[in-house]
Amino acid sequence: MDRFFSRKMKLSDLVEYNHNLILMLPCMGISLGFGDKSVEDVCAMYDIPVDFFLLVSNVYTFDDFVIDRNTIEQTDMRCLISYLLAAHRLYLVDRIPHIEMHLHHIADRVEEKYGNILKKFFDEYKTEVNNHFEYEEKQVFPYLKKLQEGESDNSYRISSFVHVHSNIEDKLDDLKQIIYKYLPGNILPQESIELVFDILRLSSDLQKHAIIEDRVLIPYVEILEKRVK
Amino acid sequence: MKASLKILIVEPSDIIMEGLVHILDEVAMFNVLPPLHDAANLQERVAVLQPDLLIINPTIITAKTDFPNPVSQVALVYQYVEPAVVSQYDAVIDIRENKSRVVSILREFSSTRQVEIETAGNYELSEREAEILVEIANGLSSKEIANKLNISVHTVNTHRKNITHKTGIKSLAGLGVYAMLHDLMKG
Repeated sequence: MDRFFSRKMKLSDLVEYNHNLILMLPCMGISLGFGDKSVEDVCAMYDIPVDFFLLVSNVYTFDDFVIDRNTIEQTDMRCLISYLLAAHRLYLVDRIPHIEMHLHHIADRVEEKYGNILKKFFDEYKTEVNNHFEYEEKQVFPYLKKLQEGESDNSYRISSFVHVHSNIEDKLDDLKQIIYKYLPGNILPQESIELVFDILRLSSDLQKHAIIEDRVLIPYVEILEKRVK
Repeated sequence: MKASLKILIVEPSDIIMEGLVHILDEVAMFNVLPPLHDAANLQERVAVLQPDLLIINPTIITAKTDFPNPVSQVALVYQYVEPAVVSQYDAVIDIRENKSRVVSILREFSSTRQVEIETAGNYELSEREAEILVEIANGLSSKEIANKLNISVHTVNTHRKNITHKTGIKSLAGLGVYAMLHDLMKG
């Protein structure tokens, strides 16, 4: 298993290998300043199950990391909900408003009717993301919590979880292309380039988030559904 | 535009599997993924790992499986297998083949791979495509556009595919923005 991250490695080496992990650490509740401690030591400090931390880190980093049923069954998932919630907050409170601010800045410099279309497009995107997260937070997470506590709940089944990830991803991808291909190039070029990078980062982060939902959250709930029944 | 070929082996016998992995590992262009013993998680693994090539013991899977993504399938044969089963595979490796023959059979599959980035070609929307894009942006469905322009739904869908191919824009809302930015919309 040397191809993937493991518990004895230094946490800082993981971050050096994949810089994107630095966005994932706060969602796990890990602050910077962890020195040269190993993954397992840092996880112990913050009371995070190390197998769960490694599962998420490996998904974030290696496209060919495979999550099978056994891995999910054996992993301590008690932090799964709090991790996903923290990620939602990061997107909604931090990343998306940041992108929105720069987008508005740029949209205010183009002809008004064009600017308004851009703003409207982003508003629709935001609403879609909001709805998706809200559905998970109101339906899926409370349901999962019950299952984790060994209670059965027949009012809901994870099989009705709607997969809307792809549409959300398409819109973000479209926005990026519109900014760098179709807006006049002389409007705030530096800010436009930074905005494209911000969108790319959000987009790749959301993709990993979707993988965690599709390949960890859903199968895990399915396992619990069978167990609790 | 990767030159390497991602290979996933599905083989119950450790001896055979490890022997094959050993042979393939020596070839730089082959990227041998962690092999599987059975077909239990095969669909999921193919979806995640996106291999270019599967090497399967046809006694595990009796019929050739369909996968969501295109993947070539090679049968690894060392016992009697119905000819009808073997003929479903893209190629066959017999256990008695020597090393270089095995490698050359598999190498065949890399030359047929497509280059991922195409040349730019004609990216301007045709008049018809622009006309259809405007209707999409106005919120009309393919069927409504077909009725309005008196063409078939199939033709409308072909135009839609070409529009997305030329612009790179996939979502309906994104196409609307494109149409507005290019002053295709009236009013």
